[in-house]
Amino acid sequence: MLEWRQKYAINGIILYLASTVFVCYLSFNLKTGVVQPVTWNALFWIIILFTAVNSISKSFIQESQGRLLYIYTLARAEHIILAKMIYYSLLMILLSVLGFLLYSLVMGNPIQDFPVFMISAVLGSMGLASALTLLSGIASKAQNSSSLVAILSFPVVIPLLLVLIKCSKNAIDGIDRSLYYDDLGILVGINAIIIALSYMLFPYLWRS
Amino acid sequence: MRKKWWKVLTVLLLTYSILGALLFDAPRLNILNETIRNLHFHVTMWFGMIILLTTSMVYAIKYLRSNNIDHDHMSVEFANVGILFGMLGLATGAFWANYAWGEPWSGDPKQNSSAIAMLIYFAYLVLRNSMSDPLQKARISSIYNIFAFATLIPLLFILPRMTDSSLHPGNGGNPGFNAYDLDSRLRMVFYPAVIAWTLLGVWIASLRIRVKRLRTVLED
Repeated sequence: MLEWRQKYAINGIILYLASTVFVCYLSFNLKTGVVQPVTWNALFWIIILFTAVNSISKSFIQESQGRLLYIYTLARAEHIILAKMIYYSLLMILLSVLGFLLYSLVMGNPIQDFPVFMISAVLGSMGLASALTLLSGIASKAQNSSSLVAILSFPVVIPLLLVLIKCSKNAIDGIDRSLYYDDLGILVGINAIIIALSYMLFPYLWRS
Repeated sequence: MRKKWWKVLTVLLLTYSILGALLFDAPRLNILNETIRNLHFHVTMWFGMIILLTTSMVYAIKYLRSNNIDHDHMSVEFANVGILFGMLGLATGAFWANYAWGEPWSGDPKQNSSAIAMLIYFAYLVLRNSMSDPLQKARISSIYNIFAFATLIPLLFILPRMTDSSLHPGNGGNPGFNAYDLDSRLRMVFYPAVIAWTLLGVWIASLRIRVKRLRTVLED
C-alpha cells in the first residue's frame, strides 16, 4: 500500500527502528549482555510499540482524500480493513524480527526459550497492527491526528502489552511452557477481540 | 424519565446507606478492622461505574444502528458520569489504602488497571473535543467508545486476576469481601448502596441529557 508507493517510507521506518535501538543502547551506556532480563524485555517492547505507532499511524492519515474516495468505489469496507490489517501485521512482524536482530546484536540475547518468544512476538505484532489500524482510521477523521493516535492507542494497547511482556519474560527465563499456556491463550483471545471489533466497526467509520 | 418515585427512592436509599455505612455494626476482620466500612463507598463506586459505562456503550451501539443524535447524547453523558464515579472510586480507594496498606499508591494491579481505564476514557473525551462536526463527532466517538469498552473488560476483570501479587481484599489470600467474609450485616447496606449510587448516577446523567436536548432545540 502506502509503503510500496513511497519507498522512503519503509526505509524511514527501518531507520527509525535502528536509531531507537541505538539510542537505548547508548543511553544505558553498557557493554553487551549486562542489562537485566526485565529491563531488556521492557525496553524491547517499548521500542516495538513506538515503531508500531509511528509506522501504522500513516495508514490513513497520509493517504490523500482523493485516493481514499477512489478505493471506496473499488472495494467494500470490510475487505479494506482486512487487507490493511493483514498488510500491517506482516509489516509489523517483519519490523519486530528486524528490530529483534538489531537489538540482540547490541544489547545481548538472554532468551532461553526462543520459539515461544517468537510466537509471542508474532502475536504481539498482529495485535498491535490490528488495533492501531482501526485507531489511526479513527484519528484521521479528527484534526491534529498524529498526536491523537498516540493518545488513543497507548491506553488501549496496554492490556495487550502487559500480557505480551509477561509471556516473553517467561520465554526469556525459560520457564516450563505448560505453566503459561493460559497467558498465550489470553494473548490469542485479545487479538481475536481486536480483529473482530475492527471488522465490525470499520464500515461505520468508512461511510463518513 | 420524569417520574418522581425513583428520585425519592434514590434519596431514601442514599440516606439509609450512608447512615448505615457509618453507624451499623461492622464485622471485625484482621488488618481491615473499621476500614471495612469503605466497602459501602469505594466498591459501590466501581459497581456504579461499570453499570454506567456499559449503558454508555449500549447507547453507542444504538447510535451507530439508528443515527439518532439523542442516543449519542445519552452515550456521552453516561460516560461522563461513569468517569466521575471512576475518579471517586480511585480517590476513595487511595484514601483507604493509605490506612490499610500504608501508602495511597502501591502499584496494585487493580489500581493500575483502573488508572489505565480512566486514561482510556479521557482519551475518549479528547477525541470528542477534537472534532467540530457534531454528526462526525458522534459517529467516531461511538466507534471508539465500543472499542475502548471491549479492551476495558480484559483490563478490569481478567488481567488483575491473573497475578498473585494483588494486595486487594479477596485476592492473593487477603481477607476480603467475598462470599465467606461478606456478612449479612454488610450486605444489608452494601446492595442498597450500589442501587442508590447507580440511581444517583442515572439522575445526574438524565439531567445533563435534558440540558443537551434543550440546547440542541435552542440552536435549531
